[in-house]
Amino acid sequence: MPENPDKDRLSVEDVRHVARLARLALDEERLAKFTPQLESILEYVAKIREADVTGVPPMAHALPLANVLREDVVEASLPIEQVLQNAPETDGRFFKVPKILGGDEDSAG
Amino acid sequence: MPEFDTLISARDAIRSKQVSAVELTRRALERIAQLEPRIQAFNSVADERAMGRAKAVDAGEITGALAGMPIALKDNLCTSWGTTTCSSKMLENFRAPYDATVVKKLEAAGAVIVGKTNLDEFAMGSSTENSAFKTTRNPWDTDRVPGGSSGGSAAALAAGMCVASIGSDTGGSIRQPAALCGLVGLKPTYGRVSRYGLVAFASSLDQVGPFGRTVADTALMMNVISGHDRKDSTSVPSAVPDYLADLETPLKGLRLGIVKEYDLASGIDPEVKRAVDAAVAMYKQLGATIVDVSLPTTPYGIAAYYVIAPCEASSNLARYDGVHFGHRTKEPVNDIIELFSKSRAEGFGEEVQRRIMIGTYALSSGYYDAYYVRALQLRTLIRRDFDNAFSQCDAIVCPTSPIPAFKAGEKSGDPLQMYLCDVFTVTCNIAGIAGISIPCGFTAGEKPLPIGLQLLGPNFSEEKLLRIARMYEAATEWHTRRAPLA
Repeated sequence: MPENPDKDRLSVEDVRHVARLARLALDEERLAKFTPQLESILEYVAKIREADVTGVPPMAHALPLANVLREDVVEASLPIEQVLQNAPETDGRFFKVPKILGGDEDSAG
Repeated sequence: MPEFDTLISARDAIRSKQVSAVELTRRALERIAQLEPRIQAFNSVADERAMGRAKAVDAGEITGALAGMPIALKDNLCTSWGTTTCSSKMLENFRAPYDATVVKKLEAAGAVIVGKTNLDEFAMGSSTENSAFKTTRNPWDTDRVPGGSSGGSAAALAAGMCVASIGSDTGGSIRQPAALCGLVGLKPTYGRVSRYGLVAFASSLDQVGPFGRTVADTALMMNVISGHDRKDSTSVPSAVPDYLADLETPLKGLRLGIVKEYDLASGIDPEVKRAVDAAVAMYKQLGATIVDVSLPTTPYGIAAYYVIAPCEASSNLARYDGVHFGHRTKEPVNDIIELFSKSRAEGFGEEVQRRIMIGTYALSSGYYDAYYVRALQLRTLIRRDFDNAFSQCDAIVCPTSPIPAFKAGEKSGDPLQMYLCDVFTVTCNIAGIAGISIPCGFTAGEKPLPIGLQLLGPNFSEEKLLRIARMYEAATEWHTRRAPLA
Protein backbone atom coordinates (compact mmCIF):
# COMPACT_ATOMS: atom_id res chain seq x y z
CA MET A 1 0.00 0.00 0.00
CA PRO A 2 1.20 3.57 -0.60
CA GLU A 3 3.57 5.01 2.00
CA ASN A 4 2.54 8.61 1.43
CA PRO A 5 -0.83 9.56 2.95
CA ASP A 6 -1.20 12.40 0.41
CA LYS A 7 -1.21 9.91 -2.39
CA ASP A 8 -4.85 8.96 -2.82
CA ARG A 9 -4.68 6.51 -5.69
CA LEU A 10 -5.82 3.11 -4.57
CA SER A 11 -4.91 -0.14 -6.26
CA VAL A 12 -6.82 -3.38 -6.04
CA GLU A 13 -3.85 -4.65 -3.99
CA ASP A 14 -4.33 -1.82 -1.45
CA VAL A 15 -7.98 -2.74 -1.15
CA ARG A 16 -7.10 -6.41 -0.77
CA HIS A 17 -4.71 -5.47 2.06
CA VAL A 18 -7.36 -3.43 3.87
CA ALA A 19 -9.89 -6.24 3.42
CA ARG A 20 -7.40 -8.61 5.06
CA LEU A 21 -7.01 -6.22 8.02
CA ALA A 22 -10.80 -5.92 8.23
CA ARG A 23 -11.26 -9.72 8.17
CA LEU A 24 -13.40 -9.59 5.05
CA ALA A 25 -12.84 -12.35 2.50
CA LEU A 26 -13.89 -10.28 -0.51
CA ASP A 27 -13.94 -11.96 -3.92
CA GLU A 28 -12.23 -10.44 -6.97
CA GLU A 29 -15.48 -8.98 -8.27
CA ARG A 30 -16.19 -7.14 -5.01
CA LEU A 31 -12.56 -5.92 -4.78
CA ALA A 32 -12.79 -4.55 -8.31
CA LYS A 33 -16.10 -2.85 -7.54
CA PHE A 34 -14.89 -1.35 -4.24
CA THR A 35 -11.57 0.02 -5.53
CA PRO A 36 -12.94 3.03 -7.48
CA GLN A 37 -15.74 3.57 -4.95
CA LEU A 38 -13.37 3.69 -1.98
CA GLU A 39 -10.99 5.85 -3.98
CA SER A 40 -13.67 8.46 -4.66
CA ILE A 41 -14.84 8.41 -1.01
CA LEU A 42 -11.26 8.74 0.28
CA GLU A 43 -10.57 11.49 -2.23
CA TYR A 44 -13.63 13.33 -0.93
CA VAL A 45 -12.85 12.90 2.78
CA ALA A 46 -9.22 13.94 2.15
CA LYS A 47 -10.53 17.52 2.06
CA ILE A 48 -10.26 17.48 5.87
CA ARG A 49 -6.53 17.93 5.27
CA GLU A 50 -7.22 21.42 3.88
CA ALA A 51 -8.56 22.65 7.23
CA ASP A 52 -6.20 24.48 9.58
CA VAL A 53 -6.26 22.45 12.79
CA THR A 54 -2.98 23.69 14.24
CA GLY A 55 -3.02 23.36 18.02
CA VAL A 56 -6.64 22.13 18.09
CA PRO A 57 -7.17 19.26 20.53
CA PRO A 58 -9.00 16.22 19.13
CA MET A 59 -12.48 15.58 20.50
CA ALA A 60 -13.36 11.91 20.77
CA HIS A 61 -16.62 12.47 22.55
CA ALA A 62 -19.34 15.11 22.74
CA LEU A 63 -19.84 15.09 26.50
CA PRO A 64 -17.66 16.47 29.26
CA LEU A 65 -18.10 13.18 31.14
CA ALA A 66 -14.92 11.40 32.14
CA ASN A 67 -14.16 8.49 34.43
CA VAL A 68 -17.73 7.58 35.29
CA LEU A 69 -17.17 5.35 38.30
CA ARG A 70 -19.34 3.04 40.32
CA GLU A 71 -18.86 0.75 43.28
CA ASP A 72 -17.17 -2.50 42.28
CA VAL A 73 -20.05 -4.73 43.34
CA VAL A 74 -20.72 -8.14 41.88
CA GLU A 75 -24.14 -8.30 40.25
CA ALA A 76 -26.08 -11.04 38.54
CA SER A 77 -24.85 -11.80 35.00
CA LEU A 78 -26.72 -13.46 32.18
CA PRO A 79 -27.20 -17.20 32.66
CA ILE A 80 -24.81 -19.26 30.53
CA GLU A 81 -27.63 -20.71 28.40
CA GLN A 82 -28.60 -17.19 27.37
CA VAL A 83 -25.02 -16.20 26.67
CA LEU A 84 -24.67 -19.21 24.39
CA GLN A 85 -28.15 -19.14 22.85
CA ASN A 86 -27.07 -17.31 19.67
CA ALA A 87 -23.75 -19.06 19.12
CA PRO A 88 -23.41 -20.90 15.81
CA GLU A 89 -21.77 -23.85 17.56
CA THR A 90 -21.31 -24.71 21.23
CA ASP A 91 -19.91 -27.53 23.29
CA GLY A 92 -21.27 -27.65 26.81
CA ARG A 93 -20.34 -24.35 28.43
CA PHE A 94 -18.09 -23.29 25.57
CA PHE A 95 -18.18 -21.55 22.21
CA LYS A 96 -16.91 -23.95 19.61
CA VAL A 97 -14.58 -22.97 16.76
CA PRO A 98 -12.75 -25.03 14.12
CA LYS A 99 -9.40 -26.53 14.99
CA ILE A 100 -6.74 -23.83 14.84
CA LEU A 101 -3.41 -24.81 13.30
CA GLY A 102 -0.49 -22.45 12.74
CA GLY A 103 -0.12 -18.76 13.71
CA ASP A 104 -1.76 -15.56 12.57
CA GLU A 105 1.13 -13.82 10.82
CA ASP A 106 -0.73 -10.65 9.80
CA SER A 107 -2.40 -9.92 13.12
CA ALA A 108 -0.11 -6.92 13.74
CA GLY A 109 -2.06 -5.03 11.00
CA MET B 1 -57.78 7.93 7.18
CA PRO B 2 -57.73 5.97 10.45
CA GLU B 3 -59.27 7.53 13.54
CA PHE B 4 -57.03 8.44 16.48
CA ASP B 5 -53.86 8.33 14.40
CA THR B 6 -51.87 10.69 16.59
CA LEU B 7 -50.41 9.61 19.92
CA ILE B 8 -52.20 12.26 21.96
CA SER B 9 -55.59 11.66 20.29
CA ALA B 10 -55.21 7.90 20.79
CA ARG B 11 -54.22 8.36 24.43
CA ASP B 12 -57.22 10.64 25.06
CA ALA B 13 -59.56 8.24 23.25
CA ILE B 14 -58.46 5.41 25.50
CA ARG B 15 -58.69 7.49 28.65
CA SER B 16 -62.22 8.64 27.77
CA LYS B 17 -63.18 5.05 26.84
CA GLN B 18 -64.03 6.05 23.27
CA VAL B 19 -61.95 3.12 22.17
CA SER B 20 -60.31 0.17 23.93
CA ALA B 21 -56.63 -0.69 23.76
CA VAL B 22 -57.56 -3.98 22.10
CA GLU B 23 -59.54 -2.15 19.42
CA LEU B 24 -56.74 0.34 18.82
CA THR B 25 -54.13 -2.40 18.57
CA ARG B 26 -56.39 -4.51 16.33
CA ARG B 27 -56.78 -1.53 13.97
CA ALA B 28 -53.01 -0.98 13.85
CA LEU B 29 -52.40 -4.67 13.10
CA GLU B 30 -55.09 -4.66 10.39
CA ARG B 31 -53.58 -1.58 8.84
CA ILE B 32 -50.18 -3.33 8.84
CA ALA B 33 -51.70 -6.45 7.23
CA GLN B 34 -53.44 -4.33 4.61
CA LEU B 35 -50.57 -2.00 3.65
CA GLU B 36 -47.43 -3.96 4.38
CA PRO B 37 -47.27 -5.53 0.90
CA ARG B 38 -46.95 -2.00 -0.51
CA ILE B 39 -44.94 -0.27 2.22
CA GLN B 40 -42.61 -3.04 3.50
CA ALA B 41 -42.00 -1.22 6.77
CA PHE B 42 -41.67 -4.18 9.14
CA ASN B 43 -39.06 -6.88 9.60
CA SER B 44 -41.31 -8.60 12.13
CA VAL B 45 -44.80 -8.01 13.51
CA ALA B 46 -45.55 -9.00 17.10
CA ASP B 47 -49.31 -9.61 16.67
CA GLU B 48 -49.93 -11.98 19.54
CA ARG B 49 -47.70 -10.26 22.02
CA ALA B 50 -49.24 -6.88 21.14
CA MET B 51 -52.81 -8.17 21.54
CA GLY B 52 -51.87 -9.74 24.87
CA ARG B 53 -50.51 -6.45 26.16
CA ALA B 54 -53.52 -4.53 24.85
CA LYS B 55 -55.84 -6.89 26.76
CA ALA B 56 -53.78 -6.31 29.90
CA VAL B 57 -54.18 -2.55 29.40
CA ASP B 58 -57.96 -2.91 29.10
CA ALA B 59 -57.97 -5.07 32.22
CA GLY B 60 -56.16 -2.32 34.09
CA GLU B 61 -53.10 -4.52 34.63
CA ILE B 62 -50.89 -2.20 32.56
CA THR B 63 -51.08 1.56 33.02
CA GLY B 64 -48.92 4.54 32.21
CA ALA B 65 -48.45 7.56 29.94
CA LEU B 66 -48.48 5.35 26.81
CA ALA B 67 -51.02 2.75 27.99
CA GLY B 68 -52.36 0.89 24.96
CA MET B 69 -50.45 2.96 22.38
CA PRO B 70 -49.42 0.96 19.29
CA ILE B 71 -45.77 1.84 18.75
CA ALA B 72 -43.23 0.59 16.20
CA LEU B 73 -39.59 -0.01 17.09
CA LYS B 74 -36.53 0.16 14.85
CA ASP B 75 -35.07 -3.32 14.48
CA ASN B 76 -31.70 -2.31 15.93
CA LEU B 77 -33.09 -2.10 19.47
CA CYS B 78 -32.83 -5.29 21.46
CA THR B 79 -35.98 -6.99 22.68
CA SER B 80 -36.01 -10.09 24.87
CA TRP B 81 -38.71 -11.46 22.52
CA GLY B 82 -38.60 -11.98 18.75
CA THR B 83 -35.53 -11.21 16.69
CA THR B 84 -33.26 -8.16 16.55
CA THR B 85 -31.85 -8.25 13.02
CA CYS B 86 -30.46 -4.78 12.20
CA SER B 87 -31.74 -5.71 8.70
CA SER B 88 -28.57 -7.74 8.28
CA LYS B 89 -28.03 -11.34 7.23
CA MET B 90 -25.44 -11.33 10.01
CA LEU B 91 -28.17 -11.07 12.66
CA GLU B 92 -31.07 -12.62 10.74
CA ASN B 93 -31.79 -15.12 13.55
CA PHE B 94 -30.40 -13.15 16.49
CA ARG B 95 -32.51 -13.31 19.64
CA ALA B 96 -31.38 -10.74 22.18
CA PRO B 97 -31.23 -11.95 25.76
CA TYR B 98 -32.44 -8.63 27.17
CA ASP B 99 -34.52 -5.52 26.47
CA ALA B 100 -32.94 -2.20 25.53
CA THR B 101 -33.52 0.42 28.22
CA VAL B 102 -35.71 2.40 25.81
CA VAL B 103 -37.87 -0.71 25.28
CA LYS B 104 -38.16 -1.20 29.04
CA LYS B 105 -39.19 2.42 29.51
CA LEU B 106 -41.76 2.29 26.70
CA GLU B 107 -43.33 -0.89 28.05
CA ALA B 108 -43.22 0.34 31.66
CA ALA B 109 -45.27 3.28 30.37
CA GLY B 110 -47.79 0.85 28.87
CA ALA B 111 -46.79 1.00 25.19
CA VAL B 112 -47.90 -1.84 22.91
CA ILE B 113 -45.02 -2.59 20.56
CA VAL B 114 -46.59 -3.81 17.30
CA GLY B 115 -43.40 -4.78 15.51
CA LYS B 116 -39.83 -4.06 14.55
CA THR B 117 -39.12 -1.91 11.55
CA ASN B 118 -36.80 -2.11 8.58
CA LEU B 119 -33.61 -0.04 8.39
CA ASP B 120 -30.50 0.34 6.31
CA GLU B 121 -28.30 -2.52 7.46
CA PHE B 122 -26.78 -1.61 10.85
CA ALA B 123 -28.29 1.89 10.33
CA MET B 124 -25.82 2.71 7.56
CA GLY B 125 -27.64 4.59 4.83
CA SER B 126 -30.14 7.29 3.96
CA SER B 127 -32.79 5.37 2.00
CA THR B 128 -33.47 1.97 3.68
CA GLU B 129 -32.31 0.40 0.41
CA ASN B 130 -29.31 -1.08 2.23
CA SER B 131 -31.55 -3.52 4.14
CA ALA B 132 -30.69 -7.16 3.50
CA PHE B 133 -34.39 -8.02 3.52
CA LYS B 134 -36.52 -5.41 1.77
CA THR B 135 -36.73 -1.84 0.52
CA THR B 136 -39.28 0.17 2.46
CA ARG B 137 -41.45 2.50 0.38
CA ASN B 138 -42.52 6.06 1.05
CA PRO B 139 -46.28 6.18 1.82
CA TRP B 140 -46.53 9.50 -0.05
CA ASP B 141 -45.27 7.89 -3.27
CA THR B 142 -44.45 4.21 -3.19
CA ASP B 143 -41.98 4.58 -6.09
CA ARG B 144 -39.81 6.55 -3.67
CA VAL B 145 -37.71 5.80 -0.60
CA PRO B 146 -38.79 6.84 2.92
CA GLY B 147 -35.26 8.03 3.75
CA GLY B 148 -33.06 6.25 6.21
CA SER B 149 -31.73 4.70 8.08
CA SER B 150 -34.90 4.63 10.26
CA GLY B 151 -37.04 4.42 7.11
CA GLY B 152 -39.26 1.60 8.38
CA SER B 153 -40.19 3.50 11.55
CA ALA B 154 -40.97 6.63 9.53
CA ALA B 155 -42.98 4.81 6.85
CA ALA B 156 -44.94 2.80 9.44
CA LEU B 157 -46.05 5.96 11.20
CA ALA B 158 -46.76 7.89 7.99
CA ALA B 159 -48.87 4.94 6.80
CA GLY B 160 -50.90 4.86 10.05
CA MET B 161 -49.59 1.46 11.16
CA CYS B 162 -48.78 2.87 14.63
CA VAL B 163 -49.29 6.14 16.48
CA ALA B 164 -45.61 6.85 17.16
CA SER B 165 -42.32 5.11 16.52
CA ILE B 166 -38.72 4.90 17.64
CA GLY B 167 -35.61 5.35 15.53
CA SER B 168 -31.92 5.96 16.02
CA ASP B 169 -29.91 8.84 14.59
CA THR B 170 -26.14 8.64 13.94
CA GLY B 171 -25.94 11.22 11.14
CA GLY B 172 -29.56 12.13 10.42
CA SER B 173 -31.26 8.74 10.51
CA ILE B 174 -34.32 10.05 12.39
CA ARG B 175 -34.55 13.61 11.05
CA GLN B 176 -34.08 12.84 7.34
CA PRO B 177 -36.75 10.09 7.12
CA ALA B 178 -39.06 12.31 9.24
CA ALA B 179 -38.58 15.04 6.62
CA LEU B 180 -39.13 12.69 3.69
CA CYS B 181 -42.27 11.16 5.25
CA GLY B 182 -43.89 14.35 6.59
CA LEU B 183 -43.33 13.63 10.30
CA VAL B 184 -41.73 15.17 13.35
CA GLY B 185 -38.44 13.47 14.25
CA LEU B 186 -36.16 14.37 17.16
CA LYS B 187 -32.48 13.56 17.59
CA PRO B 188 -31.87 14.14 21.31
CA THR B 189 -28.66 15.55 22.75
CA TYR B 190 -26.00 12.86 23.06
CA GLY B 191 -26.57 11.34 26.50
CA ARG B 192 -30.22 12.35 26.89
CA VAL B 193 -31.51 8.85 26.03
CA SER B 194 -29.87 5.57 27.04
CA ARG B 195 -28.11 3.62 24.30
CA TYR B 196 -28.15 0.39 26.33
CA GLY B 197 -29.49 -2.30 24.01
CA LEU B 198 -29.14 -0.17 20.88
CA VAL B 199 -26.92 -2.18 18.53
CA ALA B 200 -23.84 0.02 18.18
CA PHE B 201 -22.92 1.65 14.85
CA ALA B 202 -20.80 4.68 15.88
CA SER B 203 -20.95 4.91 19.66
CA SER B 204 -19.95 8.56 20.04
CA LEU B 205 -22.63 9.63 17.52
CA ASP B 206 -25.56 7.21 18.03
CA GLN B 207 -28.66 8.40 19.81
CA VAL B 208 -32.17 6.91 20.12
CA GLY B 209 -35.13 9.21 19.47
CA PRO B 210 -38.83 9.40 18.59
CA PHE B 211 -40.98 9.99 15.52
CA GLY B 212 -44.37 11.63 16.04
CA ARG B 213 -47.07 13.01 13.79
CA THR B 214 -47.09 16.17 15.89
CA VAL B 215 -44.72 18.05 18.13
CA ALA B 216 -46.82 17.14 21.20
CA ASP B 217 -46.66 13.44 20.28
CA THR B 218 -42.89 13.72 20.03
CA ALA B 219 -42.70 15.55 23.36
CA LEU B 220 -44.72 12.81 25.07
CA MET B 221 -42.40 10.14 23.66
CA MET B 222 -39.39 12.10 24.95
CA ASN B 223 -40.97 12.26 28.42
CA VAL B 224 -41.00 8.47 28.45
CA ILE B 225 -37.64 7.54 26.90
CA SER B 226 -35.30 10.23 28.31
CA GLY B 227 -33.14 9.97 31.37
CA HIS B 228 -30.03 8.60 32.97
CA ASP B 229 -29.32 4.88 32.85
CA ARG B 230 -26.62 3.31 34.95
CA LYS B 231 -26.18 0.73 32.21
CA ASP B 232 -25.07 3.49 29.80
CA SER B 233 -22.35 5.58 31.41
CA THR B 234 -22.56 8.07 28.55
CA SER B 235 -26.15 8.89 29.53
CA VAL B 236 -26.36 12.11 31.49
CA PRO B 237 -27.52 12.19 35.13
CA SER B 238 -29.61 15.36 34.86
CA ALA B 239 -33.33 15.73 35.51
CA VAL B 240 -35.76 15.23 32.62
CA PRO B 241 -38.18 18.12 32.24
CA ASP B 242 -41.84 17.54 31.33
CA TYR B 243 -41.58 18.33 27.64
CA LEU B 244 -45.37 18.81 27.38
CA ALA B 245 -45.70 21.25 30.28
CA ASP B 246 -44.89 24.50 28.49
CA LEU B 247 -45.23 23.29 24.92
CA GLU B 248 -48.06 25.68 24.07
CA THR B 249 -46.22 28.72 25.45
CA PRO B 250 -44.50 30.55 22.61
CA LEU B 251 -40.91 31.54 23.23
CA LYS B 252 -40.63 35.28 23.86
CA GLY B 253 -37.80 37.12 22.10
CA LEU B 254 -37.00 34.08 19.97
CA ARG B 255 -33.82 34.46 17.90
CA LEU B 256 -33.35 32.07 15.01
CA GLY B 257 -30.02 31.73 13.22
CA ILE B 258 -29.61 31.38 9.47
CA VAL B 259 -26.28 29.81 8.54
CA LYS B 260 -24.67 31.78 5.74
CA GLU B 261 -22.56 28.80 4.61
CA TYR B 262 -25.71 26.69 4.22
CA ASP B 263 -27.08 29.16 1.66
CA LEU B 264 -24.04 28.46 -0.47
CA ALA B 265 -24.36 24.69 -0.20
CA SER B 266 -24.95 23.31 -3.63
CA GLY B 267 -27.65 20.86 -4.60
CA ILE B 268 -30.56 22.31 -2.61
CA ASP B 269 -33.78 21.57 -4.44
CA PRO B 270 -35.53 24.88 -5.32
CA GLU B 271 -38.82 23.66 -3.83
CA VAL B 272 -37.06 22.78 -0.56
CA LYS B 273 -35.42 26.21 -0.52
CA ARG B 274 -38.76 27.93 -1.12
CA ALA B 275 -40.49 25.99 1.66
CA VAL B 276 -37.70 26.70 4.17
CA ASP B 277 -37.61 30.40 3.25
CA ALA B 278 -41.38 30.55 3.74
CA ALA B 279 -41.02 28.88 7.14
CA VAL B 280 -38.43 31.48 8.17
CA ALA B 281 -40.85 34.21 7.04
CA MET B 282 -43.57 32.58 9.15
CA TYR B 283 -41.30 32.64 12.21
CA LYS B 284 -40.71 36.38 11.59
CA GLN B 285 -44.48 36.88 11.55
CA LEU B 286 -44.63 35.01 14.84
CA GLY B 287 -42.23 37.56 16.33
CA ALA B 288 -38.87 35.84 15.88
CA THR B 289 -35.74 37.83 15.15
CA ILE B 290 -33.67 36.28 12.38
CA VAL B 291 -29.89 36.58 12.82
CA ASP B 292 -27.09 35.58 10.46
CA VAL B 293 -24.67 33.11 11.97
CA SER B 294 -21.59 31.44 10.56
CA LEU B 295 -20.41 27.84 10.74
CA PRO B 296 -17.08 28.16 8.92
CA THR B 297 -16.34 24.42 9.17
CA THR B 298 -19.42 23.55 7.08
CA PRO B 299 -17.41 22.47 4.00
CA TYR B 300 -15.67 19.80 6.13
CA GLY B 301 -18.73 18.39 7.93
CA ILE B 302 -19.52 15.43 5.69
CA ALA B 303 -15.86 14.57 5.23
CA ALA B 304 -15.23 14.55 9.00
CA TYR B 305 -18.37 12.45 9.52
CA TYR B 306 -17.41 9.89 6.90
CA VAL B 307 -14.11 9.39 8.69
CA ILE B 308 -15.35 9.30 12.31
CA ALA B 309 -18.45 7.16 11.73
CA PRO B 310 -16.72 4.44 9.65
CA CYS B 311 -13.77 4.33 12.08
CA GLU B 312 -16.10 3.68 15.00
CA ALA B 313 -18.14 1.26 12.89
CA SER B 314 -15.10 -0.77 11.87
CA SER B 315 -14.24 -1.14 15.53
CA ASN B 316 -17.80 -1.84 16.76
CA LEU B 317 -18.52 -4.36 14.03
CA ALA B 318 -15.37 -6.33 14.79
CA ARG B 319 -17.53 -8.27 17.27
CA TYR B 320 -19.30 -10.09 14.41
CA ASP B 321 -16.90 -12.96 14.10
CA GLY B 322 -19.09 -15.99 13.44
CA VAL B 323 -18.17 -17.39 16.87
CA HIS B 324 -20.24 -15.81 19.64
CA PHE B 325 -23.39 -14.93 17.73
CA GLY B 326 -24.50 -14.07 14.23
CA HIS B 327 -23.82 -15.66 10.87
CA ARG B 328 -21.12 -18.33 10.48
CA THR B 329 -19.94 -19.50 7.07
CA LYS B 330 -20.77 -23.04 6.03
CA GLU B 331 -17.76 -23.10 3.68
CA PRO B 332 -14.81 -25.22 4.74
CA VAL B 333 -12.12 -23.15 6.48
CA ASN B 334 -8.50 -23.82 7.33
CA ASP B 335 -8.15 -21.57 10.32
CA ILE B 336 -9.93 -19.14 12.59
CA ILE B 337 -9.01 -16.07 10.50
CA GLU B 338 -10.66 -17.66 7.50
CA LEU B 339 -13.71 -18.44 9.60
CA PHE B 340 -13.95 -14.75 10.62
CA SER B 341 -13.27 -13.44 7.12
CA LYS B 342 -15.68 -15.67 5.24
CA SER B 343 -18.44 -15.27 7.83
CA ARG B 344 -18.10 -11.48 7.66
CA ALA B 345 -17.94 -11.39 3.85
CA GLU B 346 -21.15 -13.44 3.67
CA GLY B 347 -23.00 -11.82 6.58
CA PHE B 348 -22.43 -8.11 5.87
CA GLY B 349 -23.97 -6.28 2.93
CA GLU B 350 -22.02 -4.02 0.56
CA GLU B 351 -22.50 -0.69 2.31
CA VAL B 352 -21.52 -2.11 5.69
CA GLN B 353 -18.42 -3.65 4.10
CA ARG B 354 -17.53 -0.34 2.42
CA ARG B 355 -17.76 1.51 5.71
CA ILE B 356 -15.74 -1.12 7.55
CA MET B 357 -13.13 -0.80 4.78
CA ILE B 358 -13.01 3.01 5.01
CA GLY B 359 -12.74 2.86 8.78
CA THR B 360 -10.07 0.18 8.71
CA TYR B 361 -8.08 2.18 6.15
CA ALA B 362 -8.36 5.42 8.12
CA LEU B 363 -7.29 3.71 11.36
CA SER B 364 -4.46 1.74 9.83
CA SER B 365 -0.82 2.43 10.46
CA GLY B 366 0.40 5.51 8.55
CA TYR B 367 -3.10 6.93 8.01
CA TYR B 368 -4.39 7.27 11.56
CA ASP B 369 -3.11 10.83 12.13
CA ALA B 370 -3.97 12.06 8.64
CA TYR B 371 -7.57 10.84 8.81
CA TYR B 372 -8.85 9.91 12.24
CA VAL B 373 -7.02 12.37 14.49
CA ARG B 374 -7.56 15.20 12.01
CA ALA B 375 -11.28 14.42 11.82
CA LEU B 376 -11.42 14.58 15.63
CA GLN B 377 -9.63 17.95 15.58
CA LEU B 378 -12.24 19.15 13.11
CA ARG B 379 -14.84 17.81 15.49
CA THR B 380 -13.58 20.29 18.10
CA LEU B 381 -13.82 23.11 15.56
CA ILE B 382 -17.34 22.06 14.48
CA ARG B 383 -18.40 22.07 18.11
CA ARG B 384 -16.85 25.53 18.65
CA ASP B 385 -18.69 26.82 15.57
CA PHE B 386 -22.00 25.72 17.07
CA ASP B 387 -21.11 27.20 20.48
CA ASN B 388 -20.40 30.53 18.80
CA ALA B 389 -23.59 30.39 16.76
CA PHE B 390 -25.71 29.55 19.81
CA SER B 391 -24.32 32.58 21.65
CA GLN B 392 -26.21 34.62 19.06
CA CYS B 393 -29.42 32.61 18.63
CA ASP B 394 -31.72 30.13 20.38
CA ALA B 395 -31.71 27.71 17.44
CA ILE B 396 -30.48 27.36 13.90
CA VAL B 397 -33.09 26.91 11.17
CA CYS B 398 -32.26 25.14 7.89
CA PRO B 399 -33.52 22.37 5.60
CA THR B 400 -33.34 18.84 7.00
CA SER B 401 -32.58 17.26 3.63
CA PRO B 402 -31.49 19.19 0.54
CA ILE B 403 -33.92 17.14 -1.55
CA PRO B 404 -37.33 15.53 -1.08
CA ALA B 405 -37.80 11.75 -1.28
CA PHE B 406 -35.99 10.28 -4.28
CA LYS B 407 -36.89 7.26 -6.36
CA ALA B 408 -35.77 3.83 -5.20
CA GLY B 409 -32.63 2.89 -7.12
CA GLU B 410 -31.91 6.49 -8.15
CA LYS B 411 -28.88 6.96 -5.88
CA SER B 412 -27.99 3.47 -4.76
CA GLY B 413 -25.26 3.07 -7.40
CA ASP B 414 -23.11 5.93 -6.13
CA PRO B 415 -22.33 5.82 -2.40
CA LEU B 416 -20.62 9.22 -2.32
CA GLN B 417 -23.65 10.98 -3.86
CA MET B 418 -25.81 9.40 -1.17
CA TYR B 419 -23.42 10.64 1.56
CA LEU B 420 -23.59 14.21 0.25
CA CYS B 421 -27.34 14.31 1.03
CA ASP B 422 -26.43 14.29 4.73
CA VAL B 423 -24.95 17.81 4.59
CA PHE B 424 -27.41 19.43 7.04
CA THR B 425 -27.72 16.58 9.53
CA VAL B 426 -24.30 15.07 10.30
CA THR B 427 -22.73 18.00 12.19
CA CYS B 428 -25.46 17.76 14.85
CA ASN B 429 -24.20 14.27 15.75
CA ILE B 430 -20.55 15.30 15.49
CA ALA B 431 -21.15 18.11 18.00
CA GLY B 432 -23.55 16.03 20.13
CA ILE B 433 -26.28 18.71 20.09
CA ALA B 434 -30.06 18.32 19.68
CA GLY B 435 -31.98 18.59 16.40
CA ILE B 436 -35.58 18.24 15.25
CA SER B 437 -37.25 18.00 11.85
CA ILE B 438 -40.83 19.21 11.36
CA PRO B 439 -43.06 19.26 8.27
CA CYS B 440 -42.86 22.63 6.45
CA GLY B 441 -44.50 22.08 3.09
CA PHE B 442 -44.89 19.88 0.06
CA THR B 443 -43.56 19.76 -3.45
CA ALA B 444 -45.93 20.58 -6.30
CA GLY B 445 -47.12 17.91 -8.68
CA GLU B 446 -49.42 14.95 -8.85
CA LYS B 447 -47.88 13.18 -5.86
CA PRO B 448 -46.82 15.93 -3.46
CA LEU B 449 -43.80 15.02 -1.35
CA PRO B 450 -43.22 16.31 2.20
CA ILE B 451 -40.45 18.81 2.97
CA GLY B 452 -38.76 19.03 6.36
CA LEU B 453 -37.52 22.02 8.34
CA GLN B 454 -34.65 21.39 10.73
CA LEU B 455 -34.11 23.23 14.01
CA LEU B 456 -30.77 22.71 15.75
CA GLY B 457 -30.22 23.72 19.36
CA PRO B 458 -27.47 23.52 22.00
CA ASN B 459 -27.03 20.60 24.40
CA PHE B 460 -30.21 19.73 26.29
CA SER B 461 -32.29 22.32 24.43
CA GLU B 462 -34.98 19.74 23.61
CA GLU B 463 -37.62 21.56 25.64
CA LYS B 464 -36.91 24.82 23.83
CA LEU B 465 -36.66 23.16 20.41
CA LEU B 466 -40.02 21.47 20.88
CA ARG B 467 -41.61 24.79 21.88
CA ILE B 468 -40.09 26.56 18.89
CA ALA B 469 -41.29 23.73 16.63
CA ARG B 470 -44.77 23.93 18.18
CA MET B 471 -44.98 27.69 17.45
CA TYR B 472 -44.65 26.95 13.75
CA GLU B 473 -46.88 23.89 13.84
CA ALA B 474 -49.67 25.82 15.59
CA ALA B 475 -49.61 28.38 12.78
CA THR B 476 -49.56 25.89 9.89
CA GLU B 477 -51.48 22.81 8.78
CA TRP B 478 -48.79 20.65 7.16
CA HIS B 479 -48.87 18.16 10.03
CA THR B 480 -52.58 17.49 9.47
CA ARG B 481 -52.07 16.08 5.97
CA ARG B 482 -51.97 12.33 5.47
CA ALA B 483 -50.32 10.16 2.86
CA PRO B 484 -52.86 9.19 0.18
CA LEU B 485 -53.21 5.47 0.99
CA ALA B 486 -56.49 3.69 0.46
